[in-house]
Amino acid sequence: MLKLNEQIYDAIRRHGEETYPYECCGVLLGHSVDGVNEVEDAIRAGNTRTDSAHNRYNIAPQELVRIQRQARERSLDIVGFYHSHTDHPAQWSKTDFAEAHWIGCSYAITAVEKGAAQVTNSFLLTGTSEEDKAFQDEALEVAALETQRC
Amino acid sequence: MKIHIPTPLRVYSNKQDTVSVSAATVGEALDALTAKHPDLKKHLYSDQGKLRSFVNVYLNDEDIRYLPEKNATQVSEKDALSIIPSIAGGTGRPGGRAFGAV
Repeated sequence: MLKLNEQIYDAIRRHGEETYPYECCGVLLGHSVDGVNEVEDAIRAGNTRTDSAHNRYNIAPQELVRIQRQARERSLDIVGFYHSHTDHPAQWSKTDFAEAHWIGCSYAITAVEKGAAQVTNSFLLTGTSEEDKAFQDEALEVAALETQRC
Repeated sequence: MKIHIPTPLRVYSNKQDTVSVSAATVGEALDALTAKHPDLKKHLYSDQGKLRSFVNVYLNDEDIRYLPEKNATQVSEKDALSIIPSIAGGTGRPGGRAFGAV
């Protein structure tokens, strides 16, 4: 299961709307406990596939190194990634699968149709190695933010 | 020096996010890591013994593939290696496919 609060959920969907017609991408930081990837922050990343940003995304490894370092300083882990599919369903593609290597992490995909975020789905990359990995549909739980009382 | 292990590989490093090794070069550090945690080897290297194409190793902020001396690059106790599998994907569709058409 991927668990995140409303603010983070809205932020990753808004990111997809902002970059439309190009795909957005980012990293989900948090903790993985008993099969639940609980997100505490979403970090926007640049899509380096400027040659084909409407249908591909890539996060520069150097940016990932920096994000992983920041996560470590905050005692958080990389628990997943997000990206958008522009004018395309929120289902993983052959490209998503071929280029997914973070087993145990969640891959959230938001469909953005004509600039507006539609469905967001999440897929858990399961398996033990590159040879037996698989994407599994996973529940996405959005927790409402607690309202502040004066 | 410290070697930072990404979340998917921690299952092979006794759940440690950082492994400390003594080494004089990048190559020695990686050898020391896989000697300590042998199960990591097949996840980092191909059968030909080369770093898997999707596995990136950074010495501080430099990709070791682009260092002039690559694995022979000298390291000190203050340096850190980060192992980072790549992140990429996308619909990959060739043209303007209609929304909803799977």
